[in-house]
Amino acid sequence: MIIKIVAIIIGLLIIGLAIYALHAKKLTVAILGAGAVSLLASIMFLLLAAPDVAMTEAAIGSGLSTIIFFYVLNKIRKQNG
Amino acid sequence: MVKNLYIILVLVGLGFMFYTFADGFESADKLNPVAERYAKQGPDEVGAANLVTAVVVTYRGLDTLGEVTILFLSAAIVAFFLKVTYGEEEKRQTRSVSEIMQTAARLLTPAVFLLGIYVFINGHLTPGGGFQGGAIIASGLVLMLLAKPNMKVSHTLIHVVESISGLAFVFIGVLGILYAGGFLDNSLMGMGTLGSLLSAGVIPLIYIFVGLKVGAELSNIVAHLQESQNEA
Amino acid sequence: MENIGLENIALFSGLILSLVGLWGLLTQKNIIKMIVGFALLDTGIHLIMIAVGYVKNSTAPIIGEGVTKANAADVIADPIPQALVLTAIVIGLGITALMLAYAVKMHQKKKSLDINHYKDLKW
Repeated sequence: MIIKIVAIIIGLLIIGLAIYALHAKKLTVAILGAGAVSLLASIMFLLLAAPDVAMTEAAIGSGLSTIIFFYVLNKIRKQNG
Repeated sequence: MVKNLYIILVLVGLGFMFYTFADGFESADKLNPVAERYAKQGPDEVGAANLVTAVVVTYRGLDTLGEVTILFLSAAIVAFFLKVTYGEEEKRQTRSVSEIMQTAARLLTPAVFLLGIYVFINGHLTPGGGFQGGAIIASGLVLMLLAKPNMKVSHTLIHVVESISGLAFVFIGVLGILYAGGFLDNSLMGMGTLGSLLSAGVIPLIYIFVGLKVGAELSNIVAHLQESQNEA
Repeated sequence: MENIGLENIALFSGLILSLVGLWGLLTQKNIIKMIVGFALLDTGIHLIMIAVGYVKNSTAPIIGEGVTKANAADVIADPIPQALVLTAIVIGLGITALMLAYAVKMHQKKKSLDINHYKDLKW
């Protein structure tokens, strides 16, 4: 029962953060929002009995891809002068 | 205006399709026949305690080989696009990295690399495996680069590790054709006892090579992005 | 509350997340925001696949405490969708990195991230 309530809260947070990430004016906020969605999704995978997938999503989806987004953002800022 | 109408039409249509799929969806009470066979025969046939690893490395081993190739291709294209042409030697002007960051990076980087290696060596026993271990190793490289922005990453080392592990992966697969049941068959080596480190045939060996290859590919992407920052 | 399972919650959030991601992909003007939308769509589809592979009251497909060779087929979740999603996540990172590299190259040419400024291939 408690697990279901936790899952509902995580699901609502995922959807809310996704809409917030796409609405945000600043690109950094959008990128961080996408990373947070990935992190919450990895908790959801853990609840759904998939620890392997949860590990991959946490390491790749919310770790490496956020870093790659930030590297690209920094590069584009430099190109703007 | 027409474009907006199309977008709304696409979203509403897809939402309706999703709704008819999700409405009254009930998960199965038991596994479907294929998964049931994997669950029943898997521990004896493959010898891996982690059944996801058994599916990824042995039952669908060819998929994994193809996937590693796709990752290699995308890393190669990223490297091609972000190629840095070294003109005048110009040190990048960066904000100096704080003392805390440098010390913490020096302390943590070996531990992060070790964790990555642990994750892919134990891939057949615990959650984890080559892909996760490789990603953790690449994250360790990111930590190193954040602490020392002017550090040069050896591309030769990355290419050598990647080529050797890719070749070894295919070589083990071909040995399976010659001495065992088929391509990537894991009964090439002894099965061992279920749950011990040296078990599950060649799965630990293959996962070590997959981990090194994925780690090298992701490190390649990160290193190229880092170097392209120096260019204007 | 009784007849709503864990998998239904995950399925609904995955479906709505992928719709939100597709909406972002189609309506955003900024190229980086479009790629963020694509990443959200990716995560949503992974959630859907894992939710479909879930079996009621099952545990992780790893043989150890509580899961023995004999009762494995009755208590574990389906390992095949999990293996597929595992590979899909890694490929998703490769595709995202590739799209970002294209974005950098496009920005180098025109110094703009607005998709409306790229009319070379418009018909």
